[in-house]
Amino acid sequence: MQYLHTIGLEVHVQLKTETKMFCGCGTVYGAAPNTNVCPVCLGYPGAMPVMNRNAVRDTILTGLMIGSEISTYSKFDRKSYFYPDMPKNYQITQYDKPFCVGGSVEVDLEGQKKLIAITRIHLEEDVAKSMHFHKSSGVDFNRAGVPLMEIVSEPDMQNAEEAFAFLQALRQIVRYVGVSDCNLEEGNMRCDVNCSVRPEGQTELGTKTELKNLNTLKGVYNAIKYELGRQVEVLSSGGTIQQETRCWDVDAGVTESLRSKENAHDYRYFPEPDLMPVVLTAKQIEDWRKELPELPRHRRERLVLEYGLPDYAAGVIVADKHVADYYEEAAALVSNPKAVSNWIMTEMLRLLGEREMDIEDVKITPAALAGIVKLVDSDAINSTKAKEVFAELFDNGGDPEKIVKEKGMGQVSDQSAIEELVDQAISENVKSAEDYKSGKKAALQYIVGQVMRLSKGKANPKMVGAMISEKLG
Amino acid sequence: MDFDKITVCGALELMEKGECSSEELVSGLLGVIDSKDGEIGAYLSVDHADALEQAREADRKRANGESGRLLGVPIAIKDVLNVKGQACTCASQILKGYISPYDATAIAMMRKEGAVFLGRTNMDEFAMGSSTENSSCQITRNPHNMDCVPGGSSGGSAAAVAGGEALAALGTDTGGSIRQPAAFCGCVGLKPSYGRVSRYGLVAFASSFDQIGPMTRDVRDSAHLLGVISGQDDMDSSSLNLPVPDYVSMLKDDLKGVTLGLPKEYFVDGMDDEVRASVMKAVDVCRGLGAEITEVSLPHTDYAIAVYYIIATAEASTNLARFDGVRYGFRAEGVTDPIDMYGKTRSQGFGDEVKRRIILGTYVLSSGYYDAYYLSAQKVRTLIRRDFEDAFKKCDALLTPTTPTPAFKRGDKSDDPLQMYLCDIFTATANLAGVCGISVPCGKSSDGLPIGLQLLGPEFKEENILRTAYAYEQGRENG
Ligand SMILES: [Zn+2]
Repeated sequence: MQYLHTIGLEVHVQLKTETKMFCGCGTVYGAAPNTNVCPVCLGYPGAMPVMNRNAVRDTILTGLMIGSEISTYSKFDRKSYFYPDMPKNYQITQYDKPFCVGGSVEVDLEGQKKLIAITRIHLEEDVAKSMHFHKSSGVDFNRAGVPLMEIVSEPDMQNAEEAFAFLQALRQIVRYVGVSDCNLEEGNMRCDVNCSVRPEGQTELGTKTELKNLNTLKGVYNAIKYELGRQVEVLSSGGTIQQETRCWDVDAGVTESLRSKENAHDYRYFPEPDLMPVVLTAKQIEDWRKELPELPRHRRERLVLEYGLPDYAAGVIVADKHVADYYEEAAALVSNPKAVSNWIMTEMLRLLGEREMDIEDVKITPAALAGIVKLVDSDAINSTKAKEVFAELFDNGGDPEKIVKEKGMGQVSDQSAIEELVDQAISENVKSAEDYKSGKKAALQYIVGQVMRLSKGKANPKMVGAMISEKLG
Repeated sequence: MDFDKITVCGALELMEKGECSSEELVSGLLGVIDSKDGEIGAYLSVDHADALEQAREADRKRANGESGRLLGVPIAIKDVLNVKGQACTCASQILKGYISPYDATAIAMMRKEGAVFLGRTNMDEFAMGSSTENSSCQITRNPHNMDCVPGGSSGGSAAAVAGGEALAALGTDTGGSIRQPAAFCGCVGLKPSYGRVSRYGLVAFASSFDQIGPMTRDVRDSAHLLGVISGQDDMDSSSLNLPVPDYVSMLKDDLKGVTLGLPKEYFVDGMDDEVRASVMKAVDVCRGLGAEITEVSLPHTDYAIAVYYIIATAEASTNLARFDGVRYGFRAEGVTDPIDMYGKTRSQGFGDEVKRRIILGTYVLSSGYYDAYYLSAQKVRTLIRRDFEDAFKKCDALLTPTTPTPAFKRGDKSDDPLQMYLCDIFTATANLAGVCGISVPCGKSSDGLPIGLQLLGPEFKEENILRTAYAYEQGRENG
């Protein structure tokens, strides 16, 4: 029997606001344990939450980006459960009045586009981090209270590949809005998965399980693959699926039951009395809409049209918003924007990868890269020297023209100077000259190479080649 | 110095004239506390050396020409408010060992004006109770009759003021916890409108009800203290950004042009005859001062206690969830895992009434019961709010008894929670509606127990009830 798969995701994204969701503590990752804390985020007696307006804006920008409807009336609620990483033993979250409702994310599945519908986006506070030692456990409250945006998808995905593509597309969008780094290693993007299977022909969805502890994109992919397979196996052998929460065991590569439906928490949601409902005016929402960046897929299409880039190149450039910003700034300064994309896709991304750097941190400015492109286009330097200039600017910054002058990298295109070197090379390599004359075309390149060596790489190789073949022809 | 009579404003006058120092005042009060508090039991803790040092500091400031609206004035603080560096136990074992790392906003405002924090007063555990019998620490007696309760939950604050052990105190009022003990002990207790005084640093019982307010010997002091602690606070989102009037300057000797409403639901058959007689006598005094008296109706009053105990316990069940032994306070010994730690810590750390309310609140929020209890209660709360809005279209303030009876004997109601809950019947409505209220003494029963007159005013119209209470207080004395 064939089975249909259904997958929905709940994605938690930490917002990179300067302060926490409900207090003035900083949010810098990696601080010494329990240093970014105060009575509010430690749940001390008498402390009260105050809403971080920037976190609300970030959430609504994300919603606007994916076409959500923004609620003019939202509120926060208390969600009760006891756990050592919960300072108040309730979490301030949004239950029935989230900031954003609806929307969708487009994913690209080997050329096929598909829209994954979004149910809602709400805002809540992150919990602390439990640490387990040999004989005791500790809690680091630095993370407690960091703004957390939860994006819930509809059960629109049918396999692990779609879920993977959805997460990538969502991450790209959130990074474009600039509200989170979505760095999985630092835990600022986390994901729970709901999945079920049902026999083909059955309309109602099968019993679902919820998967937790998915800390990497690969983990999400592998866990879904495993869990769907497990469910099909259970059903095929006549068993039934239990509604339960399952935990992904990375090392064993299996999901394991964490708790059953009977033991599910009763979270006892009710409106948070310490915070007032959030009422937004249409004008406020429109003002935020004006701050929105272009969607990555729209930008990709525009780069193809506006700069004549191949679709693949445009895709590489827009993958990171900062790279795309950099590209457009440089491309606007040259008549050959494709050359800029070649530089970025080769030298730039290679060096960024080698040095584990972000494009915001490089010393070479978009104007300087445009300068290199112009120097090459006007034959002022050859491509070998251009790479040296690029490397120099990448590390130290500066003006490409000035570097070319200072280091004497300028291309020699002077007829008589080149002729002198060509004559010298021919006389020093009589054998190769004879080979060329007798029809061995490859010998020409060898002599060109000798001229380049004599010129310390500065001779215009096109002119050199033409002159040698003329002299020996 | 007559420590039974001296007021905050009186003490400030004396200190300004140089007729007494804060140190003299504080050491005098410490003497009274030493001799009387063994019996009354108003204070949970008094740090003599610290109080005297604060007083000397105030005297130095005054000598340097500095001023402050409470410079050198000793104030007793209910044990539910955070004062930096002091214990704050809420009269519970579960907060044993907790030392406040910060000042509540109301405390910070008083500190800025030079107040001396004298000591911490007893209360019902986590402000849950109406007699202070739910304190896990000690008994507090009513200074007017040592066999009677002082009321609650701010019973320690009321007893300290009534017993000559403090000029004034801060209390908190969730369903009557300032006004009811003020009535029982014969002092003036004011519950401000919800949002008038910041709740930051007040250990929450029921967040949508709690307010901090002054407990004083006269109405003028009440107005003076309210002016100090009122105002918007960035740390409390429910505090409102409205200007704080100069309440003292708005006090008047007469009630000309003032209309007072008598809600008929508060004058029912079966209420204590002496209470009724005293309140009706007060009505006559007000009429004599020029007030117009009219009857009004608050039709949903009957539901108030039920609604109050549903919503307040729901909020409390989550507010008190943080007391778990993880970060501060008491932690049970010999626990095996977090769940075991929670269970044992909370079983051993909380008293019976607190547990009862946590369980009630957990129940009314539970899946399947939420709509029937919490949601319905919220709807009725809106109706009660509207009752008050309608009533205040017809009058400037409402006049009622504060409590159905004067102070009762210790042990009389402690075994019957429902009887105890009914002590709040005339006061809890103000917290449900968010309006302000004040209790002023209006005579004594034949047993010599004080009786309280309650005035309720529209939201953020504290000047209405202060003016009425002040004029009545003057008229009562002259009459
Ligand atoms: Zn904090």
